Amino acid sequence: MAGFDKVVSSYEQAMAGLEDNMTVIAGGFGLCGIPENLIAEIKRKKTKGLTLVSNNCGVDDFGLGVLLGDRQIKKIIASYVGENAEFERQMMSGELEVELTPQGTLAEKMRAGGAGIPAFYTATGYGTPVAEGKESREFDGRHYILEESIKGDFAIVKAWKADRYGNLVFRKTARNFNPMAATAGKITVVEVEEIVEPGQLDPDQIHTPGIYVDRLIQGSFEKRIEQRTINQSATTNGDK
Amino acid sequence: MALSRQQIAMRVAQELKDGYYVNLGIGIPTLVANYVPDGIEVMLQSENGLLGMGQFPTEQELDADMINAGKQTVTAITGASIFDSAESFAMIRGGHVDLTVLGAFEVDVEGNIASYMIPDKLIKGMGGAMDLVAGADNIIVTMTHASKHGESKLLTECSLPLTGKGCIKKVLTDLAFIEIKDGKFHLLERAPGVSVDEIVRLTAGELVVPEHVPEMTV
Repeated sequence: MAGFDKVVSSYEQAMAGLEDNMTVIAGGFGLCGIPENLIAEIKRKKTKGLTLVSNNCGVDDFGLGVLLGDRQIKKIIASYVGENAEFERQMMSGELEVELTPQGTLAEKMRAGGAGIPAFYTATGYGTPVAEGKESREFDGRHYILEESIKGDFAIVKAWKADRYGNLVFRKTARNFNPMAATAGKITVVEVEEIVEPGQLDPDQIHTPGIYVDRLIQGSFEKRIEQRTINQSATTNGDK
Repeated sequence: MALSRQQIAMRVAQELKDGYYVNLGIGIPTLVANYVPDGIEVMLQSENGLLGMGQFPTEQELDADMINAGKQTVTAITGASIFDSAESFAMIRGGHVDLTVLGAFEVDVEGNIASYMIPDKLIKGMGGAMDLVAGADNIIVTMTHASKHGESKLLTECSLPLTGKGCIKKVLTDLAFIEIKDGKFHLLERAPGVSVDEIVRLTAGELVVPEHVPEMTV
């Protein structure tokens, strides 16, 4: 590798340096836009005691849910964990520490973490269990709570395309938390569907500039659909 | 008779105005999209990062990268935009969404809402609900007026952990359309054929009943 070339040749290299008890920020919403091969590599490495920061925790056998099986996750910071039976079991039994965080606050925590902002005030969560133990302050007659930003030892990200310099383009709603996650990792690892040469992506159309990206790898993706909903009235043969 | 889920959605749809950007929660609120009045254009915001959500896709249009906040596959309408989660919640928290419709377990006379957690029973997380109720000015909560066992969900004080404090002003149940102000519920409309007495009986928090309570049209 030379200069700004961020491409690594194996998933092992991509996740090299991940150690027990580290914090990992993951992009994705539900199973959409998740770095599925990087997650699989964490499973393969059997890294333990991880703190995961992600909107959701996948389902039992896919996405971040696969890390629950081997008890690799110590704590998760997420907004919604409803699709995962093993998750619920570990949370209820106290094996897994869960910090439920409002979705917008979670996105902002990542964004702020990546932007060097240690904390911010938000009205979200004021007067609710989320506010417990947090400083609050009034601005213009409204109440706000102080939320601290998040940084990760690693950030794992899924994008659609990248050039070798790590300039990223996301596709449709698979963008979600990925751009924020990309900014908030000490080491940001990105997997994409296609890597092109610098110059082949329009600089005006880059969603995440390469400065945030440390390692880049091309993978192939299952892209599992969580809720396959079809417009029946628009189909002609009527099958599902 | 109590309103059906569809009728609740139909009544909410009457509150839509031309040019509204609207966020619809999961469940009954989602159905509102089916009853947008003729001659009105609204754009649906899905908090995972889509403004201008369209219908479910056909088999040919199906795309794993294109989902809504309920993780269902969707399409985008002409004129839609797609963005990241921070941008999405900047819209919500910045008060740019004109109407938010969401479900709840309980609301109370102070405008508090509980919708995300039943301790020791249901702990799935708040998703974007806390951001939506804190950021929006115009919110309609849809829910059944009482539980299956006849316990009121319109209370003097919410018993479950709160999603938001003092942020709800309008509630549409299967029995009534209610406004919350000055620490009281105010009965605005009743469902067709539902008596004021029944609404009073099933409302635990203080309810102000005007002399004439119109029936809603659905």
